[in-house]
Amino acid sequence: MTQQSVQPTAPLSDLCSGREGVILGIRGENRLKRRLAEMGFVKGARVSAGQTAPLGDPRTYTIRGYQISLRRAEADQILIAAADSQAATPAE
Amino acid sequence: MATEDKRITVALAGNPNCGKTALFNHMTGARQRVGNFSGVTVSRKEGEVRHRGWTIRLMDLPGTYSLSTHTLEEIVCRDYLLDQKPDIILNVLDAGNLDRNLFLTTQLIEIGRPRVHALNMADEARRKGIVIDQPVFSRLLDGPAVATVGRTGEGIPALLDALVDTAEQRFQPRGVAIPYDLHSDCHLEGAIGRVQNQLLGALPSDVDPDQTRWLAIKLLEGDEETVRRTTDQAELIRLVQRERDTLARDHGEPVEILLANGRYGFIHGLLEETVTQAADPANRFNITRLIDRVVLNRAVGLPLFLGFMWIMFETTFTLGAYPMDWIDAGVLWLSGFLQGALPAGLATDLLVEGIVGGVGGVIIFLPNIIILFLFISFFEDTGYMARVAFLMDRFMHGIGLHGKAFIPMLMGFGCSVPAIMATRTMENPRDRLVTILVNPFMSCSARLPVYLLIIGAFFQERAGTVLFGLYLLGILTAMLAAVMLKKTLFRGLTEAFVMELPPYRVPTARAVILHMWEKAVEFLKKMGGVILVGSILIWFLQSFPRDVTLSVDYAGQLATLEEMADTPEREQAILDLTNRQAAEEQEKRLLGIIGQAIQPFFAPLDLDWRASIALLTGFVAKEVVVSTLGVLYTVGEEQDESSVGLREKLAGAMSPAVALGFLVFTLLYVPCLATIAAIRRETVSWRWPLFSVGFSTAVAWLFAFVTVHIGGLIL
Repeated sequence: MTQQSVQPTAPLSDLCSGREGVILGIRGENRLKRRLAEMGFVKGARVSAGQTAPLGDPRTYTIRGYQISLRRAEADQILIAAADSQAATPAE
Repeated sequence: MATEDKRITVALAGNPNCGKTALFNHMTGARQRVGNFSGVTVSRKEGEVRHRGWTIRLMDLPGTYSLSTHTLEEIVCRDYLLDQKPDIILNVLDAGNLDRNLFLTTQLIEIGRPRVHALNMADEARRKGIVIDQPVFSRLLDGPAVATVGRTGEGIPALLDALVDTAEQRFQPRGVAIPYDLHSDCHLEGAIGRVQNQLLGALPSDVDPDQTRWLAIKLLEGDEETVRRTTDQAELIRLVQRERDTLARDHGEPVEILLANGRYGFIHGLLEETVTQAADPANRFNITRLIDRVVLNRAVGLPLFLGFMWIMFETTFTLGAYPMDWIDAGVLWLSGFLQGALPAGLATDLLVEGIVGGVGGVIIFLPNIIILFLFISFFEDTGYMARVAFLMDRFMHGIGLHGKAFIPMLMGFGCSVPAIMATRTMENPRDRLVTILVNPFMSCSARLPVYLLIIGAFFQERAGTVLFGLYLLGILTAMLAAVMLKKTLFRGLTEAFVMELPPYRVPTARAVILHMWEKAVEFLKKMGGVILVGSILIWFLQSFPRDVTLSVDYAGQLATLEEMADTPEREQAILDLTNRQAAEEQEKRLLGIIGQAIQPFFAPLDLDWRASIALLTGFVAKEVVVSTLGVLYTVGEEQDESSVGLREKLAGAMSPAVALGFLVFTLLYVPCLATIAAIRRETVSWRWPLFSVGFSTAVAWLFAFVTVHIGGLIL
């Protein structure tokens, strides 16, 4: 737990491809929040980033054992903490 | 032996891509009916199966992730479950992906009907090393659980046993509820209880006691549909609002999120107790991952996709050409046969020219549509379609649409009718409507004959450029119109791109063909009626009044000609004469009168009454413009786009700029009758087809006007 608290918090959109994070919360308007929650994006769920579409957006993610795609705008609303030791530092 | 009375209705509910339809098909075999839920275009499948003296009526509900009101499918699904109260809900779950699949289950539990669970795609789950403790799973979920494989039919007898056991009350549900406070101290249960009590006190007669928990939860979630149904209960609404505010304030999250957390908490606990996964999750979607690495690749993803599309269209039109010829020959033979067998007269004319000719003209596209749908079904059933939406989303998002709108737009190059039918995969009704309305701007194949004729007459040296320009103009207009519609009539939030990318699966040939067949039948049913009525109407306008006063005694002149020596000149003279007669008759019949009446509308485009009538008949189907031009410019009965005579006449009758305007108008104006029918069916109203007619005609007129007048300066 202490280790997690020092982990940086970042939007899911900044997670490097192939890395995994733990969801801390979801921002944004309720409709999207609810839709994401139904698809399994709730606090504590683990999510990993996959491939980006050739035109730069959207990107694939893996959550609860299945693949889903989100646009950058949506992934921006999901806050995560890096789950593995090589933390996904936000791209700056 | 009261076997006739032992009937139950079972509704199949489950996530998309859980193999529900394959299971349904295997359970019912050929004994199924396809229809629509009343008032909407969500398709509804029903079938029957007999087992142990019971007749089980199966209803295949649309696949949904949840029972909220985001999509039409969700609304249809929950309305059915709540209002029709099926005897048993058969919850189909992807055994290899229980975590998210069970989210729907947590809502089905609250509907309060007996449930049976199919742990479907058990073969895939086994390959992943997943082992499910079925007795514990059944007990915790309060309904039997049976492992099944929809593709092969494995487990279906046991599943039917479980359904009958439940019907015979051998399996007694003890009542289960998702414990929302178990994994957190949310005080949700207290709020649910208070709302439930208020509900029971307020509307004792309307409310099924089994559904109060469901209603209370939905009210607390702020579910629009449930709130709308109870707006007259001021007391209740106040209580719900109070509870929602308190919970949101205390926990920093809206109630719907707290409830979702509770549901996933329950699922987590359930999976801990019932599912074990053999090590090696590294092996999990290796094949899907591998294919995606290529298919979604930055460099080859798009070229590969364009290649697939090219193959699809190429096959559609080359392979489709053969059956098209057969149908064409068949229709011709039938017309000839009817003409010979029936006494000449009005009724025969109506049957041959109106009905057989008109309907035949549309049926001829059936082979194209079947082949196109075969590809589409294959792409859908393998899981590639979701990847197409993924690949094209960025581009489509730029014009305010969803990635899923790409395929329908592309199909518009073939025929708008299947393209409009294909918009059904889109979830957001606003986006779907925009896609439907701009689709006719994509240049369909029926417009090609008109282009070829006019280009041949006027732009021989620049044929390729003009043709390409027209297609491009169509695409740009569609994009512009989409942006415009999204900014005006269809404002609102853009649909989020939260889309599952299902694992690739090899579809069974049977499934793909069934899928395609359903769509072909739908096309026929949909088009049959409207085309029939439309063809009869146009025939009527072209044929009445029967006796028109002609300016010349054609019959007399013809008789004189026929007495002359048989020379090529005489043949030509006879042909000219009959054509002149046909043209004059056309001019004086109802359609001609209408054409002349609407000519002022076309006057600013410098089009004469003949071109006006040609465009008017193009409403039936765009290629009809060519044959009408042929008749009216008096060159011969059988006209096609390569006729040299017609080209010469046209070149004499219009300036190149006007011809270009005519082409632009043909490209953009009123969708054809079949398309109007498709829009009517898909939007379930006359409002949008009428809007489409007005909108596209206005756009066409404007663009043609600009073309004629600017073109006049350049050409």
